Amino acid sequence: MSREEILRKVNEIFWDVFDDESIVVTEETTAADIEDWDSLTHITLISEVEGEFGFTFAMKDVLGMKNVGEMLDIIMKSAKL
Amino acid sequence: MSEITFTRLKRNCKKDMSDKKKLRLAILGDCATQHLATAIRGYGVEEELWFEVFDADYNQIDAQLLDPQSEFFQFDPQFALIYMCSEKLYHSFYETEDKAGFADAVYQKIRSYWELINSHGAVNIIQFTFVEADDRIFGNYAAKTQASFLYQVKKLNYLLMNGAQEVKNAFLMDLNYITAQYGREKVYDDKLYYIAKMPLSTGILPEVAKQVTDIVKAVSGRIIKCVVTDLDNTLWGGVIGDDGLEGIQIGELGLGHAFEEFQMWLKGLKSRGIILAVCSKNNEDTAKEPFLKHPEMVLRMDDFSMFVANWEDKASNIRYIQETLNIGMDSIVFLDDNAFERNQVKSMIPDITVPELPEDPAMYLSYLKGLNLFETASWSEADKDRTKQYQSEIKRTEQRRQYQNYDEYLQSLGMVAVAKPFDPFQYPRIAQLTQRSNQFNLRTVRYTEAEIEKLAEDDHFLTLYFMLKDQFGDHGLISVAILEKQDEETLFMHNWLMSCRVLKRGMEEFIINKVMETARENGYKRVIGEYIQTPKNAMVKDIYGKLGFREAGGGLFVADVDTFVQNKTFIKTEE
Repeated sequence: MSREEILRKVNEIFWDVFDDESIVVTEETTAADIEDWDSLTHITLISEVEGEFGFTFAMKDVLGMKNVGEMLDIIMKSAKL
Repeated sequence: MSEITFTRLKRNCKKDMSDKKKLRLAILGDCATQHLATAIRGYGVEEELWFEVFDADYNQIDAQLLDPQSEFFQFDPQFALIYMCSEKLYHSFYETEDKAGFADAVYQKIRSYWELINSHGAVNIIQFTFVEADDRIFGNYAAKTQASFLYQVKKLNYLLMNGAQEVKNAFLMDLNYITAQYGREKVYDDKLYYIAKMPLSTGILPEVAKQVTDIVKAVSGRIIKCVVTDLDNTLWGGVIGDDGLEGIQIGELGLGHAFEEFQMWLKGLKSRGIILAVCSKNNEDTAKEPFLKHPEMVLRMDDFSMFVANWEDKASNIRYIQETLNIGMDSIVFLDDNAFERNQVKSMIPDITVPELPEDPAMYLSYLKGLNLFETASWSEADKDRTKQYQSEIKRTEQRRQYQNYDEYLQSLGMVAVAKPFDPFQYPRIAQLTQRSNQFNLRTVRYTEAEIEKLAEDDHFLTLYFMLKDQFGDHGLISVAILEKQDEETLFMHNWLMSCRVLKRGMEEFIINKVMETARENGYKRVIGEYIQTPKNAMVKDIYGKLGFREAGGGLFVADVDTFVQNKTFIKTEE
């Protein structure tokens, strides 16, 4: 799966979790850009990404991810794609 | 495991549920419970329940329960959920000196929580059991020493199970069972616990929410009462009409083993008080043959309340079964291996539950167990006799056909009834009847055993239960009337309900006569009854009027002790 494809999948997860299909995520998107992206929703997001790509984030990654781009880096590194 | 996802449950929370039944549920946890609260609210939507949830802040159990003015008590919950996680438990175990006395100490603390809740009023408690995890500090030796966490947490669960038998309104949601069933890896997310203090994984939340909702449903009277089952390839392998008695697969060997176990399970349900009925497309004689002649069948003819085998469509046959047994369609489960039959029944009868049995009979049991269809909020030994009671009922129907005149038929039954104030021996059955009765239920107030006990001991109330038997058998305890002392002269029927099994026997008449007699004996001048409409109780809309009460407006009915004329009944009071 290419980085673009992963981004597209991640975007769909955002639609699902935030129940809002108008969301367009980019590599630069951060929690500040999406209104409902608080710590609780972050956890849901993490669980959904883990479920979709079949791996688990390390604890430091959950807390340390700065933007969607970094999330993609971890997915590319950890998931069996 | 529930196939519903957490995100769906989260989305459900946005739905308008204001036309549904509202239930106030409070959550107390020593861990973060926000997602659990969301999952429960969302699962309520799946089950048409509108949960208003008060989710106490993190680790506030003591603060909420020790302060009578707390948010918890102001919220006035109908259900109080307590989730104490094994992670926190382990933490205090680690710090405690007296390892061997640990379970007892924690149990005492939980009992004090239950007492604090109960001192407030009618709240049903849903306590999560503890997951029997271990730190492997002792290895397998943990199971052999009281000093291990494993030993103490197992003991704690055992103490809770005993305690919940004493405290009737305490129900256990068995998180330990869920963990054993689905595995620690699925149930837990260690990382979530460390960073957010949430022990449960997002994936397991819908299943946990389902179990909580199942308990709430059972306490609220939404329960399954009957299993209607197909025969060929459902109760045995093969087709009796084609394969013959020797050809079908049932018994310990080969494919038959799966069916044998399945039949044992159904027999277990029967002993618990679920009634069984057969609905099969077969010639009746052929269909009965295995039950009568096959040596390895577990189920026999007398395990079934009804046996319907013909070539009519199944939906019509199920309607016939439902009408004869006189129970709600929503309390029936239909089991059939054939997807076509299942779809036909589902489309014709939307209220019935039709599990999508897996293709492979080896999976029937694990699939059905996973659905947890038979949740109950009470159980008594007498439930075992339910099948017999329905069978005698069918004999009565046969007898009725022999009489031209209904009164003659009633006389021929030789009915004798008991009317007594509530006594401890009957509390479980009384509570159960208030939870099970939907149609003949004037105000549809549900009570737990604990509440029944309170009513029985409260001077403010007069209570009556009724039992009925006749030449065909004993109906057991079939009606409950609770009279509230409104003032010196007036009794108010706080609730009156009756099992529909004994309709049209003159029991309603007998009961009202007894109620008026009780009022007279205790010096009251009048009795007020009330009918509160629900989607299911239209049958008793006019009952007070028919039994000699006059309408007083606003759904109220009044009867004066002095002018009341006894209703005609053929039921005698047992001496």
